[in-house]
Amino acid sequence: MNKKLAIQAAALAAIVSLAGCAAVSPAPDYDAMLQSVLKASFRDQGIAKVDRLKQDASNQACSEAQGKDLTDATAKAIEAENLKTVKMPSGGKFIGDWKAGEKLAQDGGGMTWSDKSTANSENGGNCYNCHQLSQAEISYGTIGPSLYNYGKIRGVTDPASAAAKPIVDYTWGKLYNAKAYNACSAMPRFGHAGMLNEKQLQDLMALLLDPKSPVNQ
Amino acid sequence: MKRLLITSILMAAAAGVSAQKTTAEGIAEYRRMIADGNPAELFEAKGEELWKQKRGPKNASLEQCDLGQGPGKVKGAFVQLPRFFADTGKVQDLESRLLTCMQTLQGFDAAAIAKTPFGRDEQKNIESLVAYISGESRGMRFSLPQGHSEEKTMYEVGKRAFFYRGGPYDFSCASCHGEDGKRIRLQDLPNLTGNPGDGVGFAAWPAYRVGNGQLWGMQRRLNDCFRQQRFPYPGYASEVTIALGVYMGVNAKGAESIAPGLKR
Repeated sequence: MNKKLAIQAAALAAIVSLAGCAAVSPAPDYDAMLQSVLKASFRDQGIAKVDRLKQDASNQACSEAQGKDLTDATAKAIEAENLKTVKMPSGGKFIGDWKAGEKLAQDGGGMTWSDKSTANSENGGNCYNCHQLSQAEISYGTIGPSLYNYGKIRGVTDPASAAAKPIVDYTWGKLYNAKAYNACSAMPRFGHAGMLNEKQLQDLMALLLDPKSPVNQ
Repeated sequence: MKRLLITSILMAAAAGVSAQKTTAEGIAEYRRMIADGNPAELFEAKGEELWKQKRGPKNASLEQCDLGQGPGKVKGAFVQLPRFFADTGKVQDLESRLLTCMQTLQGFDAAAIAKTPFGRDEQKNIESLVAYISGESRGMRFSLPQGHSEEKTMYEVGKRAFFYRGGPYDFSCASCHGEDGKRIRLQDLPNLTGNPGDGVGFAAWPAYRVGNGQLWGMQRRLNDCFRQQRFPYPGYASEVTIALGVYMGVNAKGAESIAPGLKR
């Protein structure tokens, strides 16, 4: 722990009690202590370097909230900042191959210190870890909502149609940067963080929105 | 051979349950099947031997090691760890405390053991020691002391570490362990912000892992959590792991320890 700080605090407490007055000692700065604990505790291992502990404003605010809701103003500001990062796909191509998307959704790997490379090709979509998608896959997680019939429920019969455009844009944005719509979402920011490339995102889009995808059966 | 046998029993158990059953139910069924023979018992027996055996440069046993209840008192020590130790001036968990005792009593190099990869040399012996020591508190309820200011500080730091988001996926411990009734795939996730129940979460480790035949202490459990969280590598017995131990352990107040447990 922060030994010097502890000694200073103890000395201060002794002085206060000697003086016999009921002075209020300053609240310990646990956030600063956490930073020094993190710095002392972690080291680089393979592709997982200590710079991963640096937080952007979104992660800092959501960490400090400790699971509680942010104020509306803070949440909106975070969402607006994250929305700015969303890059629409080149050439307006949103929908790829749902079969490749299903494979990616099944893959929960990537970015750990036991993975060899940070290349996008090494990263899975991790989707089934947290979401139900197709009905055939019964081994799905429940941290996120069920996405079974995602496109069908939203009335998407042709993802290329004008009618489907708002859902298609939203879904792309959500995969690209989930914090643009929910400041403290538990979902990774796959596009913004550079975890998945455009092709991979297009394939996941197809899994969710292609009427032929098992998600929409 | 034994590992193979256990694995095939588990597979048979898993095949016997319908697809609707969760992994937890499958494991619970498996637990009942081998209720009289958790392989962790082999580690417990070896751990007791190691505790009493004269070893190390000083050729001494660990029998005078103070785990918080006084020198040599093992029973009930585990369910009050991590706690503050006056001789080191630190809050220590079971494994960091063992390092202290191995150094002061037996003359081992604690820093060298901390750097040794899991499952090798003295790290291998620690697996058995934690199985033995935790087993001596089996059936007792967690009640970590919070009277010392350092214990309170470690709880507060641990809480903040638990909610600390980072890494390429923005994960924190709370991403998976902050709510009731969640799963990754079919794996049930205990909510560690409170007491998740007897023999669940903090109260289930150390544990024998059926899948790989290894005995994992809390240090190794946390290490693999951080790996999956896509974080950098936490040092063995590092402050962040101990702070998290205090946070989870205090939250688990009243939970019955089943350690050494049995995990998939």
